[in-house]
Amino acid sequence: MAADAQAPLLRISGLTKRFGGFTALDNVSVDIRPGERLGLIGPNGSGKTTLINCISGAFRTEAKTIVFRDEDITRLTPHLRTRRGIARSFQIPRPFRSMTVAENLMVALDFAAANEAHATAAQRRDTMMSILTRMGLASKADVSAIRLSQVELRKMELARAMATHPKLLISDEAMAGLSSSEVDEVLDLLMSLADQNITIIMIEHIMQAVMRFSDRVMCLDAGKVIAIGAPNEVMANQRVQEAYLGT
Amino acid sequence: MFSMDLLLNAVVTGVLVGCFYAAVSVGLSVSFGLLDVPHVAHPAFLVLASYGVFFLNDSYDIDPLLAGLMITPLLFVFGLVAYRVYYETFEKRGSDAGVRGIAFLFGIAFIIEVLIILQFGVDQRSVSASYIGKAWRIADMRIPVRLLVAFAVASGLTILLSLYLSKTFMGRAIRAVAQDQEALRLMGANPVKIKQWAFGIATAVLGIAGALLIIVSPVEPTLDRAYIGRTFCVVVMAGLGSITGTLIAAIILGVAESIVLSTLGASWAPAISFAMLLGVLAIRPQGLFGRRS
Amino acid sequence: MKRNSAAFWIAMALFLAAMFLMTQVVSNEYPFFAGYVILQFIVLAVSWSILGGYAGYVNFGTNAFFGVGIYTAVFLTKATGASLAVQIAVAASVGALLGLGVGLLTLRMQGIFFSIATIALSIVIETSVTNWRYVGGAAGIQLQRPPALDMFHSYLQMLFFVQAMLAVLAIATSRYIQRSWIGHGLQALRDDELAAECTGVPTLRLKLLACVVSGALMCAAGAPGAMYLQYADPSSAFNLNYSVTVLAMALIGGTAHWIGPVVGAIVLGVTQQLLAVTISSEVNVLVLGVMLVLFVVAAPEGILGLVRRVSGNRGEGRG
Repeated sequence: MAADAQAPLLRISGLTKRFGGFTALDNVSVDIRPGERLGLIGPNGSGKTTLINCISGAFRTEAKTIVFRDEDITRLTPHLRTRRGIARSFQIPRPFRSMTVAENLMVALDFAAANEAHATAAQRRDTMMSILTRMGLASKADVSAIRLSQVELRKMELARAMATHPKLLISDEAMAGLSSSEVDEVLDLLMSLADQNITIIMIEHIMQAVMRFSDRVMCLDAGKVIAIGAPNEVMANQRVQEAYLGT
Repeated sequence: MFSMDLLLNAVVTGVLVGCFYAAVSVGLSVSFGLLDVPHVAHPAFLVLASYGVFFLNDSYDIDPLLAGLMITPLLFVFGLVAYRVYYETFEKRGSDAGVRGIAFLFGIAFIIEVLIILQFGVDQRSVSASYIGKAWRIADMRIPVRLLVAFAVASGLTILLSLYLSKTFMGRAIRAVAQDQEALRLMGANPVKIKQWAFGIATAVLGIAGALLIIVSPVEPTLDRAYIGRTFCVVVMAGLGSITGTLIAAIILGVAESIVLSTLGASWAPAISFAMLLGVLAIRPQGLFGRRS
Repeated sequence: MKRNSAAFWIAMALFLAAMFLMTQVVSNEYPFFAGYVILQFIVLAVSWSILGGYAGYVNFGTNAFFGVGIYTAVFLTKATGASLAVQIAVAASVGALLGLGVGLLTLRMQGIFFSIATIALSIVIETSVTNWRYVGGAAGIQLQRPPALDMFHSYLQMLFFVQAMLAVLAIATSRYIQRSWIGHGLQALRDDELAAECTGVPTLRLKLLACVVSGALMCAAGAPGAMYLQYADPSSAFNLNYSVTVLAMALIGGTAHWIGPVVGAIVLGVTQQLLAVTISSEVNVLVLGVMLVLFVVAAPEGILGLVRRVSGNRGEGRG
């Protein structure tokens, strides 16, 4: 893992997001260290996905609230942020339905992974197959995306995000609704990605997975950060427990 | 340079015509604003209704407004059926429904146009009634009585519909289904039936609206094309789902058109609704009183 | 891939040769009169599909681009007496600019709002041209055809061949886009625009590109129309029928592939020509409406989709 003394990979400062009269995020600040594994938890509606949408650029935010690798990215459109190295998966998978699994990944490789290692189509195709193999989807390469099972869709979602060659990967509830063996599959995948020095933010409700996976855990409630620190500290935090139990 | 008198006359006429535009657009405010149906055939239904009124007035001497009332139940049933067909064909299957839905409705609109031509011919048709052809002197202005009638009926219609949607159980169910179908389903209500009922009402309203259309000016089969712009302009400007907003937006449109008509002339008037629509879409897409952020 | 390309270009060359041969051999003017309309619709439908089919942004302003093409030609003829080639080139440039403007103004809107905005724009443009006295205003304007090039028997036959060349240009352009990274990006954004953005696809830029190319080709298709009719007036040049007809042709043929609109244009175009001659022109509008409704309901992927379903029943997931 990378040393903590380095500059933060992603710095969120005083991020507030309102929709009409509703405040979804309230003065959220956090530094994400390079190589970190951050678990993001909080009850439904606490703002987790809104935070992800702000980081990835789907929602607009005020200047200087989001700084990635020392660059203020608040005015960049999502595709530019992806090219800078921020990738995300969607809570409900959003595959390109008219394409096969391989074609889905090729979009990422053609548009977001441009570098010397990917100069020719053949090289990109090789990378695509190796990602699919690592994800356990190699046999489904030429299958239309609409024919995949739930867990395969989740894996393809992650595979496509990986194909953009990110420095920061945000996984939004990739394990929701999966069986325990499927949860383990996805967890192992994320772990192996973390081993390649990719910084990962994982949003999950499955506490066991969060505990096993994370270096640090951050808990949101009603748009505010109510706890951040080592996993067992955060879990033992009374405010966190209240937030989940709803007292 | 134009005079203040002319301007005042234009504004007053504009307000009256604006209310008429509201009556013609409230149905779309429900079908497009609340039900998300890209109903480009709404003006075609409107013109069809006005031809129904013409038929009753021409063959049986029935007062146009009464004729409009008479065809209202027919239109309600037509709306119920039409929505069912639309739902089964498009909404159910999701994805791409928007494009195909709009193409389908254009097809329907064109078919209606041709059927009207085959039955009634391409010439203009108008109705006769005691209040058509007269004008009253109010202050220094001559105001056609039929516009005053249209104004009164249109305002009444808009207010009635607004009250229905806010005060009655069914009306509130319709508003609810526009906001959150899933929640409604979880509460045991059937969102499809509610939407069907709403579409029925949106179509039924066209009975009176169609009568007003042919009272205000003669109709011809391709008149729907002129109203696609006006109705969508009003509904989008009002903000999807707002009935009172429809009245205000329609009056703004009516006054703007009227002023342009008297200053720049009739050749520029068609562009007004569309220019305003573009402005709204570019600057404030949720309209004046929109329900979405 | 290379073999495909060779076959394609050979087919295009043969097509043009056949069209040219027609002008040398056939003396009856009627086939050229009707053929011109069909070729023109091929260009319009194919160009429309670049934005409407590949990107899924249903542009109802086809009539505006077509009308602007006609009136650019009218203006140039009246002001400078420019040749047909210049008219077309200038119309294409105007169309590109117009496409850029339309795109910048409307492409941020989603789905139906985009479509409504394009209708709005086309009416504004039509009204402006109606008020432009120099090109005839609402009453319209008559035009005189200059002499044709020596190799053609009549000006009409020359226009016919010009439109055939434009058809090849449109088809080649559409095919190139579909097979390139542009086409893949457009396909991704049509499937899911937000996911495409987050996967690195520059959606706005690609949409603008599609709008510009589409607009340029549609305007170019309109330019020869001024001389074809020898007359232009705003209400016919900007008729909403063009927009709906072109949409219908693309939907009937199938929008996923460059060949779809070609098929649709031929099927609907020929049907309309036959009916206009044998019955009436009102029937054309009825046929348009009925075919639109039928295909949208029963065969949403068009003729291509039907063919694919019938022949592709060999298993593997080709959607």
